[in-house]
Amino acid sequence: MSQNNKLLRIEGLVLYFNTTHGPVQAVDGVNFELESNRAVVVLGESGCGKSSLAKAILRLLPRNAGTYSGHIYLEGQDIMALGEEEFRQNVRWAAISMVPQAAMNALNPVIRVGEQVAEPAIVHLGVGKDEAYSLVKKMFQHVGVPEDFISRYPFELSGGMRQRVAIAMALVTSPNLIILDEPTSALDVLTQANIFNVLKRLKKELGVSFILITHDIATSSELADDVAVMYAGQIVEVSDAHRFFAKPLHPYSQKLMASVPRLHGDKEPEFITGRPPSLIDLPKGCRFADRCPARFEKCVEDPPVIEKDGRKVKCWLYA
Amino acid sequence: MVTDTRSKVVKGEAEGARKVLLSIDDLHVWFELRRFGFGHAGYVKAVDGVTFDVHSGETIAVVGESGCGKSSLMKTILGLYKPTRGKVIFDGKNLSELDSAGMHWYHTRVGYVQQDPYGALPPFMTIERILEEPLIVGGVKKKEEREQRVRRAMEEVKLSPVADFLPKFPHMLSGGQQQRVVIARAMIMEPKFLVADEPVSMLDASVRVEILKLLRGLQESHHLSVIYITHDLSTVSYFSERIFVMYAGNLVEKAKVRQVLDNPLHPYTMALLTGTSEPDAKNAETFKEIPPGEPPSLVNPPSGCRFHPRCSKMIKGLCEIEEPPDFEPEPGHLVACWLYK
Amino acid sequence: MIAFKNSFRELLRYPSAIVGLLVIFILLGVAVYALVTIPYSEAIRLWRGGEDVWYQNPKYASPEWFNFFTSKKEPLSFLANTADGSMTKTVTSSTADISTVEMTYSFDYTYDDYPQEIILYFSPKFNEKLPFVSIAWYTPDGRKIRIADIAVDRKSSYRFSQDQKLQKSLRNEDVMQALFVDPHAENPTVVKGQYKLVISGTTFEKDSDLDVQFVFHGKVYGLAGTDKYRRDILLPLLYGTPIALAFGLLAALGTSVLTMIIAAIGTWYAGWVDELIQRITEINLVLPFLAILIMVGTFYSRSIWLMLGVTILLSIFSGQIKTYRAIFLQSKEASYIEAARAYGASDRRIIFSYLIPRMIPLLIPALVSSIPSFVFLEASLAVLGLGDPVLPTWGKVIDDAITDGAIYRGLYYWPLEPAALLMLTGLGFAMLGFALDRVFNPRLRDI
Repeated sequence: MSQNNKLLRIEGLVLYFNTTHGPVQAVDGVNFELESNRAVVVLGESGCGKSSLAKAILRLLPRNAGTYSGHIYLEGQDIMALGEEEFRQNVRWAAISMVPQAAMNALNPVIRVGEQVAEPAIVHLGVGKDEAYSLVKKMFQHVGVPEDFISRYPFELSGGMRQRVAIAMALVTSPNLIILDEPTSALDVLTQANIFNVLKRLKKELGVSFILITHDIATSSELADDVAVMYAGQIVEVSDAHRFFAKPLHPYSQKLMASVPRLHGDKEPEFITGRPPSLIDLPKGCRFADRCPARFEKCVEDPPVIEKDGRKVKCWLYA
Repeated sequence: MVTDTRSKVVKGEAEGARKVLLSIDDLHVWFELRRFGFGHAGYVKAVDGVTFDVHSGETIAVVGESGCGKSSLMKTILGLYKPTRGKVIFDGKNLSELDSAGMHWYHTRVGYVQQDPYGALPPFMTIERILEEPLIVGGVKKKEEREQRVRRAMEEVKLSPVADFLPKFPHMLSGGQQQRVVIARAMIMEPKFLVADEPVSMLDASVRVEILKLLRGLQESHHLSVIYITHDLSTVSYFSERIFVMYAGNLVEKAKVRQVLDNPLHPYTMALLTGTSEPDAKNAETFKEIPPGEPPSLVNPPSGCRFHPRCSKMIKGLCEIEEPPDFEPEPGHLVACWLYK
Repeated sequence: MIAFKNSFRELLRYPSAIVGLLVIFILLGVAVYALVTIPYSEAIRLWRGGEDVWYQNPKYASPEWFNFFTSKKEPLSFLANTADGSMTKTVTSSTADISTVEMTYSFDYTYDDYPQEIILYFSPKFNEKLPFVSIAWYTPDGRKIRIADIAVDRKSSYRFSQDQKLQKSLRNEDVMQALFVDPHAENPTVVKGQYKLVISGTTFEKDSDLDVQFVFHGKVYGLAGTDKYRRDILLPLLYGTPIALAFGLLAALGTSVLTMIIAAIGTWYAGWVDELIQRITEINLVLPFLAILIMVGTFYSRSIWLMLGVTILLSIFSGQIKTYRAIFLQSKEASYIEAARAYGASDRRIIFSYLIPRMIPLLIPALVSSIPSFVFLEASLAVLGLGDPVLPTWGKVIDDAITDGAIYRGLYYWPLEPAALLMLTGLGFAMLGFALDRVFNPRLRDI
């Protein structure tokens, strides 16, 4: 596990949005690493900043973006230092692509899906139309879409098929890393399972790495090698999946895990009382302290990130 | 634990002794398809021969994927769609035979909790107004009485302090609070019967449990009958006595919760259980065995058993020809599958 | 209420909204002032009155404030009266029956131009024998000009410039020039200083008496000037404000609200109701709007309120109905509407309490922005000769000015004053409308 093995290393990433009420600290000093051919799950509830994290990595900044700083090393190169044109040519979609939230509903309804998937290949790889279409056919094979769907329109496809098309679109430029933002949250159980089968196969066969952004712990375990838990704009725990799902460290992670309803067994799920803090008006010290059952005096100070057997946790309990 | 809580609700009442509150008898809900606005072009058979009873104080989960007809079933029960054939009988009265006064009465007896709490609340009304609306419609004339009932309903769903919430607009509330308002609105006429359409699927995991517990508490304290519609089997066990599994307009399996979750009989139910994930790192190492294909079109469903084209246990010469009737391989466990003939 | 307050606070963040609101408040103030100070019947009487009402005013007089901007100062108008003592009057009885009445009036004249006209209105009291007067004019440079010697009957008046005898004796067709300009100077200029009018009257009966009103028609008048009929243009400018605002507001309100309600009804009931509304709209879209208005005006009545009704009627089924319909079709599917149906809300309740309120944020900016077009419409109708025949309106002033060729005569103030007010109104509502659009449609805010 040398430094060279790291596909992506994020250091002190910050992304604020300006609003009339003050800056929204959506991503507030995020650090994590991703090794090649692995999948990291960024787990968090709505409004914790996890979607903004995806946007920050791909530099897809909305108009009201404020502070945007930190380092993102992609295979050792700091892509934050790149100019916009260089970034667009060499990073966005070429090296890192994304399946945005509700991508299956974001396809252009009046363009055939084959053409939509071919578009990034034509733009980023500079290939001709025929070559692009043969690439599209290959991608459709990978994600399990019948080849003849190339000439269909989005409305002729089921939700599951459209989601596969969206994944093919992210895949067509053969990036090393794909960011998936809630890829299955609007889908049915069997379709969800199918999509995860596709993602697992892509990881195994093509060696793609994933950042999976989700609020659903149960389905996230379908793909996770590592888990990063995000709370109020910060990563509070990073762990390998095995140990995380067996025993999460941070009290927030523990609470989240306890809230998952199980099919079997007789443990009643619990809920977390209170609400996450507003990203405009964040408390001093530990941001989870208000809702934490294990809170003690120390928690009024900002907890350090503590390393414990290769796992990282931002909590005073482990200091 | 869970089954314990459930049996507490029944409180020793014998299963047969409970009154039937809602009875669905051979219900068909078809929508006509028209070509260019006129000319018959077939039917969407959203609900195609569904029969079941709901006893008073009983909670039923209807589980199925999108497009299986569960929404149409629910809307027919709510009186929003007319049955094409068959009957919906509530408290001994056939809905199709009720006049407008009768329907008015029926609307006050049935509460409706929707899926998307934000969409379910008119964004231009205050919480107070939203909760008052059903009372005004329901003919509660006195302002003081309405105010009192609004307060009571809000306290019941634990939206307190009440006075803080009354003048707010839905967008000022969190998802969980919005869903509490939706529940309070469903409960404000003190109905006997609640239809809950995926009440937690749009909420964050930590809030889901809170809302489910709230619903269960209300169900117990008001002795409500509930139809809980969902695609997520994992939340079912905390909330229901019986599960009906729906596929392509039919109920394919009807049984008690534990029977279905621990011993599923229909191949489709088994697939649903396989597809449902539990947080476990081992999941990432294996591929799931999922039946191929997608649910059929409701315009031209497959002949015989509608699941047969996707079924790995299909019996050639039977499943694709004859529609399976309900079999009862174990007491109280009905399954529409030829495997159990 | 909270939402309303917040929207208002939001609104004040836009300078255009503040300017727009300011303009609208001023216009409203003017409207209220006009309605309070000039009762409706009085306004009509003045506007329709002729020489008897307006004899005191000069014709085609520019506004007085023109003098601030020109080096050549034009004379103001004024009047003096023996009845109220503003003109001195001394009566001396020489015999039992005969008395002399000496009426004088002196004034400082500092203007660079001679006036339009000088008129004397006599109101004598007598039974049979008419009083006799001789009128004399003293200029500052010491000349004495005998104007006339006349017998005055009841209600007789004497116009200086129309007396041909006087023209002859002065050897000048322009009496005013002769009276005010030094004839011996090399550059004939207006002589400034104190002028004096002396009217010596003689009455021939015991109780006979004589009063005179001295009316001096300058070349500028009041705040807004006068028109062909000596009418003070300020009257239609003031009184046109409430009419223009009322027409614009009522037309805009009637049109948008009815359009919205009809669109909502069509969308909600769907089926043949919707079809009918759609077809009516399509037919109405190809009907010539202005031509119909002109026909109604020509053949039926030009009453402004009838025009308002026809305008609203023709504008209800406008293209806007299609826009609203598209939005209603979407909001009809909202799950709160499904919830309302589930708790038994009636169709009417759903349309008025659930469908339409959702549209109010769209309605308000559209409504405010459409007010000027209706104000302009009313003015255009007047210019086309279809203005209300009774009411003093801005459009009517423009119409009169154009009919009288005001532009060719250089009387720019006449049509431009109402035109400026029209533009100001348009600007005010448009600026407020833009800001409202931004407040209510957050999507536009970043643009």
